[in-house]
Amino acid sequence: MLIKQISVFVENKPGRLADITKTLAANQVDIRALSIADTTDFGILRLIVNKPDIAADALKTAGYTVSITEVIGIGIDDQPGGLCDALSMLLSAGITVEYMYAFIGRAKNTAYVILRVENTEAAIQTLQEHGIKLIRGDDIYQLVQ
Amino acid sequence: MFFDRETETMPRSQLELTQLERLKWVVRHCYENVEFYHYRMEKAGVTPDKIKTLSDIQYIPYTTKADLRDNYPFGMFGASMKKIVRIHASSGTTGKPTVVGYTKRDLENWSSLVARLVMAAGASEDDIVQIAFGYGLFTGALGLHYGLEKIGATVVPTSSGNTQKQVMLMKDFGTTAVVSTPSYALYMAEVAQEMGYQKKDFKLRLGLFGSEGCTEEMRDKIEQAWGLFATDNYGMSELMGPGVAGECQERRGMHIAEDHFLAELIDTKTEDVITHEGRAGELVITTLTKEGFPVLRYRTKDITKLDFEPCPCGRTHARMHKIMGRSDDMLKIRGVNVFPSQIESVLIAIPQVGPHYQLIVRREGYLDTLEVLVELIDSSLLEKYAQLEALQREIHDKLKTVLGIECKVNLAEPKTIQRFQGKAQRIVDLRNQKEVSPQ
Repeated sequence: MLIKQISVFVENKPGRLADITKTLAANQVDIRALSIADTTDFGILRLIVNKPDIAADALKTAGYTVSITEVIGIGIDDQPGGLCDALSMLLSAGITVEYMYAFIGRAKNTAYVILRVENTEAAIQTLQEHGIKLIRGDDIYQLVQ
Repeated sequence: MFFDRETETMPRSQLELTQLERLKWVVRHCYENVEFYHYRMEKAGVTPDKIKTLSDIQYIPYTTKADLRDNYPFGMFGASMKKIVRIHASSGTTGKPTVVGYTKRDLENWSSLVARLVMAAGASEDDIVQIAFGYGLFTGALGLHYGLEKIGATVVPTSSGNTQKQVMLMKDFGTTAVVSTPSYALYMAEVAQEMGYQKKDFKLRLGLFGSEGCTEEMRDKIEQAWGLFATDNYGMSELMGPGVAGECQERRGMHIAEDHFLAELIDTKTEDVITHEGRAGELVITTLTKEGFPVLRYRTKDITKLDFEPCPCGRTHARMHKIMGRSDDMLKIRGVNVFPSQIESVLIAIPQVGPHYQLIVRREGYLDTLEVLVELIDSSLLEKYAQLEALQREIHDKLKTVLGIECKVNLAEPKTIQRFQGKAQRIVDLRNQKEVSPQ
């Protein structure tokens, strides 16, 4: 049910992102979604890719500080209020979101949201109870095949 | 273990007699053979006859690094080139290097003093010793080389650099002892790990470290990484090279070879001799036996303490404390004295970051700022951005407690901070650089 997300520590220096993506390309890794949080000096790049284990190993070998985290992926209607509904459900169940990012896939009228919450199990239960479509790791890894 | 038990354990009263006899000799030697000293002493109204007791050394003016530099290349030599059999030079980071010369007898004394220090540290004829100091004009490598050969150890002169090969030979040869700077020892451990080796692949048991300072914390780290017993030794090319002082296995300070070097401590500012035991000051050394390059009251710029209490190892020679800093390495930031060693001990105790660091000093407006750059190695902190910020804050707070000033802590990617094979240059001082004003 969960999706493997890669987090990479990146210094705010020219060429770092290019370097990371070069390493991924060389290992035939396809990026599904990404998000970066940064301050003036450094940031954390979060990636959803088709081959998370291979990607993480390749980045580690290239000398990066890398970790793999399991995150939740949901599919919501690509229309006003879609995200609001899902977040309201979590809120009323007392689950707070640490960070999230969204992307649009190939499926018609569906947007995907990656969520990282404090209590993953409770979040999955709440989302399922309300009929929100959860995306499995394998689905997202093979999204654009 | 002793190389020269009789001398190393001689009663202090006897040691002082030897020192006085030799001090008289070296003052006369300098007065008669080195124009610089002759002129200096004349100006100060001192003749060699004035030296009747050890404390009469106070009549002799200090010698500084600048004096040595001004007399480049051979002006401070006490013997003619005919008698000089070896030349070394110290790394001249600014301008010309300091050139030193050795007579045959100097080299003989030098190798004996190094033999003393390596045996005190625990080396023996059974050891295979890899010397990972850069060979060349630098005194470190050749100094250790001849001393180790003298005790019958097997010397492997790998020199510094080509770290992978260094590590490979260390494993294949079953090297038991290593000579390097502390930071290079850590770097070699990092490379060994990258190459897929483990501690058990090596037979290293002893580290003879020198040429740069090493905090207790860094020493622990090196010992853990290699599973060896680390000892520190002290020397500088102006005085001879390695062999001036070294730790015995008690590791309660470095025994100074007092029969060859007369040590004093002075207050850096007032230049007064510190007689009160236990107070820190700048180490001032007079060479007592050197012919080729004698120095009188040389200001080493190294800050240390002296301990004259007898050591459990049996040696009677005074011990100098680990170098607390160099008066010229010392950073003055917003009026506060900051030694890189203070920062190092804080950083090494924090497991989430690596042991390598860089200190960047800037001037913003009229204010000095200190930035401390360390490598992030703990990937579990990537979970939450807040964890990285908490780590930054933790390091910042600990540094502030130790240093008493604010600094900015920044995290870098692993293995991006420069590694050094010789002396580590960890300070980047941008304060005196011209500001580039925008067009």
